[in-house]
Amino acid sequence: MAVPISTSALPQSTDPEQIEVELLLEAIYRRYHYDFRGYARASLRRRLWRRAQQERVRTLSGLQERVLHDPMVMERLLRDLSINVTEMFRDPAFFRAVRERVVPILRTYPYARVWNAGCSTGEETFSLAIALAEEGLLDRVRMYATDMNEDVLGVARSGSFPMERMRRYTENYQRAGGTGDFSRYYTVQGDRAIFSRSLVEGAVFAQHNLAQDSSFNEFQLVMCRNVLIYFGRPLQERVHDLFLESLARFGVLALGHKESVVASHEDRYEVLDAAEKLYRRKR
Amino acid sequence: MSGYDVVVIGASWGGLHALERILGALGDDFPTPIVVAQHRDPDADDELLTGLLNRHTALCVADAEDKSPLEPGNVLIAPPGYHVLLDDGAAELSVDEPVQFARPSIDVLFESAADAYGGRAVGVLLTGANEDGAHGLCVIAERGGYTIVQDPATCVRQEMPKAALAVMEPDAVVRLDDIPAHLGRLCR
Repeated sequence: MAVPISTSALPQSTDPEQIEVELLLEAIYRRYHYDFRGYARASLRRRLWRRAQQERVRTLSGLQERVLHDPMVMERLLRDLSINVTEMFRDPAFFRAVRERVVPILRTYPYARVWNAGCSTGEETFSLAIALAEEGLLDRVRMYATDMNEDVLGVARSGSFPMERMRRYTENYQRAGGTGDFSRYYTVQGDRAIFSRSLVEGAVFAQHNLAQDSSFNEFQLVMCRNVLIYFGRPLQERVHDLFLESLARFGVLALGHKESVVASHEDRYEVLDAAEKLYRRKR
Repeated sequence: MSGYDVVVIGASWGGLHALERILGALGDDFPTPIVVAQHRDPDADDELLTGLLNRHTALCVADAEDKSPLEPGNVLIAPPGYHVLLDDGAAELSVDEPVQFARPSIDVLFESAADAYGGRAVGVLLTGANEDGAHGLCVIAERGGYTIVQDPATCVRQEMPKAALAVMEPDAVVRLDDIPAHLGRLCR
């Protein structure tokens, strides 16, 4: 269900570019039903301009014309707006904290559900799967990895990442408390590292848009890192409502290093790890 | 009433020393919020740079968090591995690709300051050994903001200020030790 995030509370600007941004987002919403109106404006503007330049148009009004009349342009723009750049075991200390503080909680359940929201191309999904596998928990966990963009989900499902990044990922893995030889998780095919299917055998990769869709299950862990930084405050409130609804009692919410639970929800969580942004739902 | 609403500072190689000198000489009554993009190791300890700077200044220095408000007396630093952009009186973070190998990128910060603040932004480009910030400083100047380049003679590395001076004429080229007083006059 689409729940539009109103921008009407904002003062009406007379700045032509701001008017163009608002009209473009409105056009995208009405034509394609993707709602970017609640996104944080500075990064969004940067991404819109990057697409405008690549489409060789000189204004955002020009981009609007292209987007409205050519679904292929919308597809490319959707990719620009939905890919969140990440890496495997980004912030190794976070994954160490997951092993030390979250894994013991997950162990108390015979079977646990984990939601990686805004999984983009899947680097974090696979990182978490590896950490859970090494803790002997993977066959007791069902992972749901969701993103708004079907194309990036395809990449995530394939578990295929550029070989050139493996040196960096191996370092991250070791600093994250990895206990094995990282290279045993993938096979090399040309310039790609193809990660083992067994890591995501039980995983569900599905389309879900945090800005518009509802809760779809109950989870013991919700991991959503460096996605909400791209959302404005009102949309963040909406997504935090969604997370609270989706968390089991005493379930864990994992955010990015520089993200926090919105103020209106602070009393619903206890802080499990302040530095690594792990929160545990009360009752 | 200050003529400017934000001071954005970009620094790279040699930046820690320069930032210590500048922030250390500004009083806690400096009326304009400051946001800094200092190139740093993406794996660095978050607290290291802010801890060092806080020892030298009366201002309150902190890593920018998601939507940190810009407030007088406060200095926000771009965290390792994130771009910082400005909008609507608050900092926005992004993990988009590095720009010219840098994340945080000085250009990203400066361009967004120009977008959000137009003629009410001051851009300061300090010491460094690359070309980040030159384009961003041009954009600040184009939108009517005030631009300062650290006098290369007072830089640990001159490449970054010289790259800016090669493509633009800033409002002022200022020796490191004179930058605080210069900012004080602008933002009084």
